[in-house]
Amino acid sequence: MSAQPEQRNAHPTVGVYLRVAAVLVILTVLEVGVFYVPAFRPVLVPVLLVLSAAKFALVVMFYMHLRADSRVFSFLFGAPFVLAVVVLVALLFLFLGTLTLRGAAGAG
Amino acid sequence: MTHAAAAPHTSMGLDNRKLAFWAFIGSECLLFGSLISTYLVYKGRSVVGPYPHDVLNIPFTSLSTFDLLMSSLMMVLALAAVQRGDMKWGKIWLFSTALLGTVFLGGQVIEFTDFVHKGLTLQTNLFGCTFFVLTGTHGAHVTVGVLWLFTLWVRALQGKLGPANAMTVEITGLYWHFVDVVWIVIFTVVYLIQ
Repeated sequence: MSAQPEQRNAHPTVGVYLRVAAVLVILTVLEVGVFYVPAFRPVLVPVLLVLSAAKFALVVMFYMHLRADSRVFSFLFGAPFVLAVVVLVALLFLFLGTLTLRGAAGAG
Repeated sequence: MTHAAAAPHTSMGLDNRKLAFWAFIGSECLLFGSLISTYLVYKGRSVVGPYPHDVLNIPFTSLSTFDLLMSSLMMVLALAAVQRGDMKWGKIWLFSTALLGTVFLGGQVIEFTDFVHKGLTLQTNLFGCTFFVLTGTHGAHVTVGVLWLFTLWVRALQGKLGPANAMTVEITGLYWHFVDVVWIVIFTVVYLIQ
């Protein structure tokens, strides 16, 4: 019982790879640029996170071929990734909450 | 070489090596997720210096980031060359990827040495501890990737790597790109968001 390969494996062309690299470089320049511009200080963190997420998505979708490959691979990567992000956010809330409570107790 | 062409498939019709490697990358997400979480949880809680703004060199690290991004480009170009049987360019791109990885490691050695001279070590404070563990673990992964790439390059020079082994190059690429995306996160979280 030989299963037919499910993976489409239609890798992008060299031209697409080069265009993605150009976008990655531009996003990196923007990241470093907004870091040095004082006007961006109030929105620095969200802007940097969005730029970083865009770079992350481009590499994963085009260079790691998840955009065209089997959904099974997307699940194998996506599920632990989401779990890692949830753990990170939960830990930050827990520790920030502990600090806030300590601060309130100290002030009281 | 022709034996490698008959890639073993799972009952889902997927290459079992690639399936296993994606599962491994998933586990690596959790490893780096825990290290990044630890860094963020202890961020700003060092009671003695040096603090991040005292030591971090953004222009230098930006160049390292650019270097790693370009190595990812070299890696996909190597894969494309091997897949179309152009082994001359396959060897050139593989070597370029490994070389840029080595340059990144050199940059990390310079950065770590500079930090130690500025008084920041693994034992100095919470920043030093979490920073060196996170970036050191990433550096260890880059080292493994560089060794892997040079091994592939040598095999290509020996004529033991061809289109039939394209999956081997693709899996190496998956590892290398994962190391790159981890650095994308580290660069933002550690260096730019101070």
